[in-house]
Amino acid sequence: MYTKHKEETFVLNLGPQHPATHGVLRIKLTMDGEYIVNAEPVLGYIHRMHEKMAENRTYAQYLPNLSRLDYLGAISFSLAHCLIVEKACGIEVPERATVIRVIMAELNRITSHLLWFGALIVDLGGFTPMLYIFDDREKIIDMMDSITGSRLTFCYLRFGGVSCDIDDTFIAGVRDIVPYMRTRLKMYHALVSRNAILQERLVGIGNITPEMCRSYGASGAVARASGVKHDVRQAEPYSGYERYDFDIPMSTDGDSMARFSVKMEEMEQSLRIIEQAVKNVPAGAYRNGKVPRTLTPAVGDFYQAVETPRGAFGIRMVSDGSNTPYRMKLRSPCLSNLSLLPEVVEGMLLADMLAFMGSLDLVIPEIDR
Amino acid sequence: MNDIVSLLTPLSVHTPRFVTYTEKGWHLDALIVTERIIDATRVLADAGYTLETITGVDWPEQGNIELVYDLFHSDRRERAVLRVRIGRDGAEAKSISSLFSGAAWHEREAHDFFGVRFEGLADHTPLLLAEDADYHPLRKDYGAQANDVHQT
Amino acid sequence: MQLPFSIETFIRFALYVVGFLAFAIFNAVILGWGERKIMARIQRRIGPKEVGPFGLLQIPADVIKLLAKQFRTPKGGDTMLFLAAPALAIIPALMSFVAIPFAPGLLARDINIGLLMVYAFTTVVILGLLVGGLGSRNKYAIISAARAVSQNVAYEIPMLISVVTVVLITRTMNLTTIVDQQAGAFWHWNMFRFSASPLLPVLFIVYIICMLAETNRTPFDIAEAESELIAGAFTEYSGMGSGLFFLAEYANIVVGCSLAVILFLGGWHDPFGFFPGVWWFAAKLYFLVFFVIWVRWTFPRTQFYSLLNLSWKTLIPLTLGNLLLTGFWIKVFGP
Repeated sequence: MYTKHKEETFVLNLGPQHPATHGVLRIKLTMDGEYIVNAEPVLGYIHRMHEKMAENRTYAQYLPNLSRLDYLGAISFSLAHCLIVEKACGIEVPERATVIRVIMAELNRITSHLLWFGALIVDLGGFTPMLYIFDDREKIIDMMDSITGSRLTFCYLRFGGVSCDIDDTFIAGVRDIVPYMRTRLKMYHALVSRNAILQERLVGIGNITPEMCRSYGASGAVARASGVKHDVRQAEPYSGYERYDFDIPMSTDGDSMARFSVKMEEMEQSLRIIEQAVKNVPAGAYRNGKVPRTLTPAVGDFYQAVETPRGAFGIRMVSDGSNTPYRMKLRSPCLSNLSLLPEVVEGMLLADMLAFMGSLDLVIPEIDR
Repeated sequence: MNDIVSLLTPLSVHTPRFVTYTEKGWHLDALIVTERIIDATRVLADAGYTLETITGVDWPEQGNIELVYDLFHSDRRERAVLRVRIGRDGAEAKSISSLFSGAAWHEREAHDFFGVRFEGLADHTPLLLAEDADYHPLRKDYGAQANDVHQT
Repeated sequence: MQLPFSIETFIRFALYVVGFLAFAIFNAVILGWGERKIMARIQRRIGPKEVGPFGLLQIPADVIKLLAKQFRTPKGGDTMLFLAAPALAIIPALMSFVAIPFAPGLLARDINIGLLMVYAFTTVVILGLLVGGLGSRNKYAIISAARAVSQNVAYEIPMLISVVTVVLITRTMNLTTIVDQQAGAFWHWNMFRFSASPLLPVLFIVYIICMLAETNRTPFDIAEAESELIAGAFTEYSGMGSGLFFLAEYANIVVGCSLAVILFLGGWHDPFGFFPGVWWFAAKLYFLVFFVIWVRWTFPRTQFYSLLNLSWKTLIPLTLGNLLLTGFWIKVFGP
């Protein structure tokens, strides 16, 4: 469709301030009219050096930092940190706490996917679903707020459990949310997913092959929509995920519509997990009472992967036996997903590139750390 | 995984070993000879592994910087870790971006934070730091050390 | 001193100028308020409610705010083009009102080629967009202006072909005569004039689509795409400059919907033939405007090439075929 036939190109700056980049991402586009000749993401506008901060704080002091990485999927990030420290220190987590962690993580996944959905449709020009999903998010976040105390950047998990127990109101609320969300998802599918204009905007845009996924390290819905079966919850189960029965939505199309459908289906699967988890929350302690105040993990390095709403987040922690980490490397899923943008976007139209970026589901603070 | 071990052994400093997954989080651990990292990564790339991340760790008292390559095989669900050690002054390593395109950004980040130059990487402009940054924050001899840790 | 025209003509002329400006501004206020309230209700919110009863004074408050802002021309941009653009956008819409009959006696000038005049003026509107984009010294504005021109040129053609089909049926370009031919109950309306052509409702739908595209409303607002190009060709305009574009957008919508009412829906005639009058015109006009607003907040925007494909590959063959069919039908089955 696009053949480079002119030498006249101009540079358009999709600047750090732009409604469609979902954060402070700058992309230097070399354009030939409406076609993109070259796209170069420029990162670092919200770089806060979380990895250096980790070296100057104790393990417990570092807990709030992880919520600020990806504020939409904060529980999964905190979970990775708690799991790796528990692995390194040999701390056991009570049954009740693992189930609570799963419920919170899956509720967080649904709210994150809802926001992605609203933001993608706004990028394409449909302003209304954004307001509808905030309604749904409000119900879920209100419930999570009553237990965790936060609405967005949750700092709820502790080493050996969670910081606050759940009560019967919460469990009843979660039981009600599941059928409510199912009717809402049905409405979204009827009004939005099957809309002819949306189909035409997303189908065939931004094809990502499985080889590309492997070469760039893409994970999450981006990889699953291209046919790569990689979900950390099933590949390397943590926090009791092996006990729940859920499917991994996949597609082989690899275009933006495939990523869209995969993520919408993931919301349904999260509802399944929550249903199973909430059916039988084991009684017992919500926190391991025998965790020492000062944690000094064994010397050596450790790795923990967790499936966040955006992909496979990994922490590589190097410990020297003191109470602060020697090195804490945060493997950001969105960084790997974004790195395939320059290759995919070459020859695309500008509006298609924005639809593609929306389907990648980027949160820039997580890339820049 | 044993086929990979036999292919990696001639490229490694010691024989690659298996670690306990539940304790550490990966399966295979190999310390590779610095010049042979591309061949070692090729062994894993041909077997179907994905590069997840490249981590730099600064060991000033050992006088070197360690680069840790985390690779994952989604079908076999196996994790492999390759390590190289390079000197702190004039830190030079070989780039694997010809095998994994995603390595380019990880190597740029390692250059930002540790000052490692990768042979074969065309673009060393800072990925996360400012364009004119000439400091390397994650080295242990940089800036503020543990002066805001509250001992409890 | 002998004037070339009488005092009476001059007073009438002045009243009409003031009247049209007032009508245009009144429409902008009501439509602006209506858009925000309807948008809010579609999005399950309330919309403006603080300023005035039901938020009716919101748009006048916004106008006062815009008047108080500084109007800056971008340094290095072409000042003359930059200043000319809002004028080029609003004046044709106001001029089109001259020929539109709102009621049997309520029109400025009964122009024999009223239809031609209205379409001649609405074509100039896109020049305002192009000139504004060019004079802004902003790459986003230039992209938007280029898109807008392609889109408008593409959709002028099916719109004019469908209007020509109607003229073929009505045999006159005089807007009052066109409405008079539709007197009586609603089956006399041009949309249901199956004696002249079986596909007139289809033509009406095509006309509405083209009108949405000509006024750059969603789903055809790729030129102004808020989430990509910020405000498209109007990005650099501040204060009353952007206020004038806002006014021009609503004036164009009113002109387009008025013509749809006149050409297809019977003008000021009652659907059952009892009480024709300007209230029926207003009811039909505002119903169409409500539909335009409703569509904006429901659909995402189409991609640019499929928008152009819709016009060049679908609507033009469709309207041309319809024109041929109408000609054949009239010839065979009589007027």
